[in-house]
Amino acid sequence: MDYSPLWISVKVAFCATVITFFLGIAAAGWVLSLKKLRLFVDGIFSLPMVLPPTVVGFFLLLLFGRNSVLGTMLTKIGVSMLFTWQGAVLCAVVVSFPIMYRTALGAFEQVDVNLLHAGRTLGMTERQLFFKVLLPGASPGVAAAAILAFARALGEFGATVMLAGNIPGKTQTMSIAVYTAMQSGDRTLAYRWVAVIMAISFTTIFLMNALTARQIQKISRRGW
Amino acid sequence: MKELALFVDIEKNCGDFYLKVQFETENEVFAILGASGCGKSLTLKCIAGIETPDAGIIRLNGEVLFDAEKKINVPARKRGVGYLFQDFALFPNMTVFQNIMCGAKDKKTAREYIERFYLQGKETLYPSMLSGGQKQRTALARMLAANPRLLLLDEPFSALDNYLKMQLEREIMNVLDDYGRTALFVSHDRNEAYRLTDRIAVMENGTVAEIQPKHDLFDKPKTLAAALLTGCKNVTALTKKADGGYYATDWGMNLRLPNKQLGETKYAYAGVRAHFLTIHEEDGENRLECELVREIEDAFSTVVLLRKKGSMAAGGYSVLACELPKNVWKMTNKDRLFLEIPAEKLILMEK
Repeated sequence: MDYSPLWISVKVAFCATVITFFLGIAAAGWVLSLKKLRLFVDGIFSLPMVLPPTVVGFFLLLLFGRNSVLGTMLTKIGVSMLFTWQGAVLCAVVVSFPIMYRTALGAFEQVDVNLLHAGRTLGMTERQLFFKVLLPGASPGVAAAAILAFARALGEFGATVMLAGNIPGKTQTMSIAVYTAMQSGDRTLAYRWVAVIMAISFTTIFLMNALTARQIQKISRRGW
Repeated sequence: MKELALFVDIEKNCGDFYLKVQFETENEVFAILGASGCGKSLTLKCIAGIETPDAGIIRLNGEVLFDAEKKINVPARKRGVGYLFQDFALFPNMTVFQNIMCGAKDKKTAREYIERFYLQGKETLYPSMLSGGQKQRTALARMLAANPRLLLLDEPFSALDNYLKMQLEREIMNVLDDYGRTALFVSHDRNEAYRLTDRIAVMENGTVAEIQPKHDLFDKPKTLAAALLTGCKNVTALTKKADGGYYATDWGMNLRLPNKQLGETKYAYAGVRAHFLTIHEEDGENRLECELVREIEDAFSTVVLLRKKGSMAAGGYSVLACELPKNVWKMTNKDRLFLEIPAEKLILMEK
């Protein structure tokens, strides 16, 4: 059995999660400070979650295709999103971003506002507040967000197939491998990939629950 | 005359609630007394810079903190105002020492405050491991370590049981004595406000009803809101009769007012504290024949609820509360109850 889809999946999902992690936290922190535009910005950020992945792939093709402005600019510096694993990372980032962003935002909102008020009256800047109070207070929730984002990135199929394609050993991830195996009638191979994916998914859920329990503990401990 | 420390004149519209407060303080301990939801916490938050008023001015020691017209709004972190929250708002992810360091400018200052608040040995503990008293001391140390120009105390005792409350109150008293600058204290507990402060502002529905030194406020409140908040249990609306006398509408009786106060002023309400009422067997001036509604045995006295004989009133201001020593009530003839309202003890209010 060729294990390349596993490594490609892990590599793509890992890179995507690192990028999404910071983007999502930054976006959540920014939206938290918004007042009037909040609903609108929140809608834009959440859009990739409700769009069919193929539509996301379609837009990414438009944006990063050979004839697009971005595409030509990237080609000049020797980078292409078309049929490369970097393209797969891009897709995974876009589809996992809303999950990271929304979960992190929820975790931030659970942090007692009085802590933020107290920090301000003590002379903390917004930046210090974010890193010393908000982020630590929301840390279990943010970690859970990262795990969810990783799971989503790992399972990404639709957009990836459109932008990065299905090149064995190069852009073929596990979820694409399941599809390809079934298409070519190789049920045994499909079963194997399904088993691997299931194992990873169960681990994810287990980690998620453990972290959620810690967040609840953190909140209930605040009282007397 | 002491210098003017804090000047507040602000308005804020919060949908169905409108805040419009105006008061100024000297270098003193000043209380805002009001029922829950009267806007007293909101006022503190505006002064601290946590909330932004729609209009008005806030000045501290001559410096403008907020001026809606000139578009000045000094951010909370630059106002130098200490805020003690009801739940203390200690950072749960930081130790006692780290919490205090958030206010202190260096480690030396932080250690000084740890010592001053008897927190030695607790430096490395997290807030969740502290007792209520230690939490408050940590919060006080953190607030004072930032060297604030003004202290704001937002109902610091309301979530505590009685015993702990007394302890923490004494601690805050010590802090306020040492502090020597302006402190604003918000409470719905009249006793607390009385014990801790010099002057009291009574707030009702988002506005300041009256401001008085605490002794005057409790002796002769000028408004109905203040009378009720200072614990006056018996109040009635007054109607001026053609002959110049007054009729107590809620109680249903003619009322002789204390002579010295019968000037040109038209009084709208009268009140009398429960422990000034006496019960007699014969009718007389300012006496009302009553029937018993209910007797409530308190820890150290008996509170008797009475209403005018034959009146069907079930509650509201028409029921009078009379607080008597337990043995006095035991020996009272319950068939003939004439309640005397001593004219000299009446509180008269214009609004």
